[in-house]
Amino acid sequence: MAFYVVQFLTGLASAASLFLVASGLSIIFGVTRIVNFAHGAFYMIGAYIAFTLTERLSGAFGFWGGIVLAAFAVALIGVIVEMVLLRRIYHAPELFQLLATFGLTLMVEDLVVLIWGPDDLVGRRAPGFRGAIDFFGQNIPSYDLFLIVLGPVVLGILWLLFQRTRWGVLVRAATQDRDMVAALGVNQKWLFTSVFAVGVFLAALGGALQIPRDAVHHAMDLRIIVEVFVVVVIGGLGSIVGAFVAAVLVSELNAFGILIFPKISIILVFLVMAVVLIVRPWGLFGKPEAAARKTPGLTVNPWRPLTSNERLMALAALIVAAMLPLFAGNYLLTVGSEIAIFVIFAVSLHFLMSVGGLASFGHAAYFGLGAYGIAFLAKMAGLPMIVCLLLGPLLGCMGAAVFGFFAVQLSGVYFAMLTLAFAQIVWSIAFQWVNVTGGDNGILGLWPSSWAASPSRFYWLSLGVAALVTVALRAMVFSPFGYALRATRDSGLRSEAIGIDAKRIQWTAFVIAGTTAGIGGALFAYLKGSVFPDNLGISLSVDALVMVLLGGVETVSGAVIGAIVYKALNIWLVSQTDLSKLVLGGFIMLIVVVFPKGIVGTLEMLAQRRKKASPPGSPLLAKPIESAE
Amino acid sequence: MRARNTFVGAAFALLAGGMAHSALAQDIKIGEINSYSLLPAFTEPYRKGWQLAVEEVNAAGGINGKKLVVISKDDGGKPADAQTAANELVSSEGVAMLAGTFLSNIGLAVSDFANQKKVFFLAAEPLTDAITWSKGNKYTFRLRPSNYMQAAMLVEAASKLPAKRWATIAPNYEYGQSAVAVFKKLMSEKRPDIQWVDEQWPPQGKIDAGPVVQAVAAANPEAILNVTFGADLVKLVREGNTRGLFKGREVVSFLTGEPEYLDPLKDETPEGWIVTGYPWYSIKTPEHDAFLKAYQAKYNDYPRLGSIVGYQTIKASAAILAKAGSTDPEKLIAAAEGLSMPSPFGEITFRKIDHQSTLGAFVGKTALKDGKGVMVDSSYKKGADYLPSDAEVAKLRPKD
Repeated sequence: MAFYVVQFLTGLASAASLFLVASGLSIIFGVTRIVNFAHGAFYMIGAYIAFTLTERLSGAFGFWGGIVLAAFAVALIGVIVEMVLLRRIYHAPELFQLLATFGLTLMVEDLVVLIWGPDDLVGRRAPGFRGAIDFFGQNIPSYDLFLIVLGPVVLGILWLLFQRTRWGVLVRAATQDRDMVAALGVNQKWLFTSVFAVGVFLAALGGALQIPRDAVHHAMDLRIIVEVFVVVVIGGLGSIVGAFVAAVLVSELNAFGILIFPKISIILVFLVMAVVLIVRPWGLFGKPEAAARKTPGLTVNPWRPLTSNERLMALAALIVAAMLPLFAGNYLLTVGSEIAIFVIFAVSLHFLMSVGGLASFGHAAYFGLGAYGIAFLAKMAGLPMIVCLLLGPLLGCMGAAVFGFFAVQLSGVYFAMLTLAFAQIVWSIAFQWVNVTGGDNGILGLWPSSWAASPSRFYWLSLGVAALVTVALRAMVFSPFGYALRATRDSGLRSEAIGIDAKRIQWTAFVIAGTTAGIGGALFAYLKGSVFPDNLGISLSVDALVMVLLGGVETVSGAVIGAIVYKALNIWLVSQTDLSKLVLGGFIMLIVVVFPKGIVGTLEMLAQRRKKASPPGSPLLAKPIESAE
Repeated sequence: MRARNTFVGAAFALLAGGMAHSALAQDIKIGEINSYSLLPAFTEPYRKGWQLAVEEVNAAGGINGKKLVVISKDDGGKPADAQTAANELVSSEGVAMLAGTFLSNIGLAVSDFANQKKVFFLAAEPLTDAITWSKGNKYTFRLRPSNYMQAAMLVEAASKLPAKRWATIAPNYEYGQSAVAVFKKLMSEKRPDIQWVDEQWPPQGKIDAGPVVQAVAAANPEAILNVTFGADLVKLVREGNTRGLFKGREVVSFLTGEPEYLDPLKDETPEGWIVTGYPWYSIKTPEHDAFLKAYQAKYNDYPRLGSIVGYQTIKASAAILAKAGSTDPEKLIAAAEGLSMPSPFGEITFRKIDHQSTLGAFVGKTALKDGKGVMVDSSYKKGADYLPSDAEVAKLRPKD
């Protein structure tokens, strides 16, 4: 019995650390609607700075002072980031800020290694909390008890802050309806900055408090960020109490789950999230999102098909690209094939995101399923390449059909997180089912048949498929189905009123996007000759998001450019410099500031402006025309 | 669709980048790939190791008079990126052979690439048994003692312990799974009386150490096998120390004696664990002394195991290239099979039967000295003594 009590307390201690970080994220999202990918990076910097301070300062005061100072220092960094970077892009399309915080995260990962060196750092134990307390023969570390108390204390302070101060009232009001708060004359700038600072402070404090139990290293951020997102979503976005309950739920399920299924940790949080979101679409304590007041973009530049001149230009560009094998070597051709494949992947997500208004955080699942489809067909059934290429993407299609059905019941960030959960579940099946998938050692030896084996032929194949896919998806945008899908995106109520079955249209779009991603994955399997669980992983899903956002989410085919720029730059930087993350992150942040609507989106806007020759200054600031919902 | 213009522009940029640093034609180039950005704690010393080796090889006249050049690429910890890098090295840099890699899945991906493109590949660090056995191919050789060999070394010591109830803690991926599987198999062969009472599989890099420690303690084992390393190991040790998990229990642990993983533990190093590792401070052989002196003189730092692996990877590559007298992959294979060469750990041989080198490892016990973790009572175990019989290996490995 004593054991179960101690296990429960241990779970609570884990929950406390998770809660600190999650609460910060929840507040930031609630008010600013920023999906702050850099939250993990702030957590990590908090730990690094606290390490340095606690090593330098001596005594008990030095330790605790160091922890708090570190959290304040990082909060200051957060303020600078918010003022210099994020403020510029609040009016950018939804999720665009994710791109900026992603770039920041990349930079921080390289920076901490540059500053603090590559070794894992182990900090001091907390003075006064070094040992353990005996509980009927079981040891409970006293630091765990400290954390168990700290969690509810922070929850209480935050509650008081939100319920009893004017600032708290504003924050709650902004969480519910930030346009109304702005309309009432509240200085949003400072509200956002202060909220961001508080959120970052909590993240950094969470990181700093890990010093006595963890090692400080450069991958801490990724270790926590996804888990924290999941906790926030399970609890309900913007709900602090929800974040607390979710942190406890996840940690306790893990603590007791490993007694029965020792391998459960790898997937537990995602299983919980999937179940919670299917049963309660807004998390445990969340409220339904208020109907969006703005039409998501597009009202400034209505989409139109290409003019015949533009069509000729695109064709000419394609012909030029097809001539690459005349002068490029094998390596460039292989890179070209890889880029073409990522164009397929990016346009498939773009279709879902821009046309359907459904941002998936787990799109790699269908890419990877397509790749595994090839692996199963080629290795187990021994089918020839052409048959595999035709049938392989069907696995992506089936996955999308099953998961899409559940996912399209939700919207917004909840939709995104449910797709992430599904992707992680697929990933962990690929990772764990060693007998079938080979686990993380993957499936090897999937090389193309001789007719496509030479780099130039494979390049033409990939390029041809990419062009076909892009054209087909474009055609679909301007088909009746495309109009219906855009209607569900722009106004759910109106589209329903004219008899569009929104869920079915969205589900169909999900399946189309999943199948297309599967085609990309199938080609990728042949390009690399092997399939790994990585092909389904979070980082690939994030890559796809970045490509779409970089190209411009409000464009018809911006993802094509986004994919080419991001992938080419990524491959080139990784090959040329050891600090590729630093440079790439910096580049992304620069693009975010210079092209606040994505590369293609901003260029289109500038072209539009020149055409209209409208008075200078106004279009950049022009907000999308508001619809009268 | 206007995209294509940019695409071509990007392609030109790549082309220019690729040409910018082509070495002289008579140089011999080795293409090296590792997870530099993902695992700097291991790969930084590793890089120093191979850079020292390149310097030494060239100072001694290069390879049959030609200068040795190593072109190094980062794979970011992703198999797909490792293949892109391998392709660049082979297709556009024209390297004579590939070397390196750390993670098992990346090692396998590059090994499969090497097999497909018929390029010689010397895997430096990946520990998976598959790379030389179940998924072995004729183009791939491996330097470090495999999972099987390290398990066999540890079993030799562990089977002498009186403990009968064993628990295991291992990261939940291929390395952890196969380390536990081999250890269990070899251990149960030697000691049929052993019971396996609990196993814990925390996700790699994400251990929630408190509950794991508590769960293992609840099973009340007499001995524990640990396979976690890096930051996970730190958390496990800290929680284990505070909660008294290791008190009165024997612990056998993979890799923990390597400075990369032992040094961060500082004064929290648990004493008396049986570990594999690299006690650079207590190896007194002329070969190692020479290496140590050269390394410390160049870097003013002590070597980690990664330094040895990096150093020997290039030394071995150079020896193979020199003996082959050619960069033809078939000749390189013929030269490498059965080739013996000196190393800081003594002479090693690349076995003809499975392309595994006989580089060994040190087995010893952890101890605390001046607030730092060290390995004591260590002895070098030759790799050749811990491999299964040729008949068994032949069964494990597909025919070329």
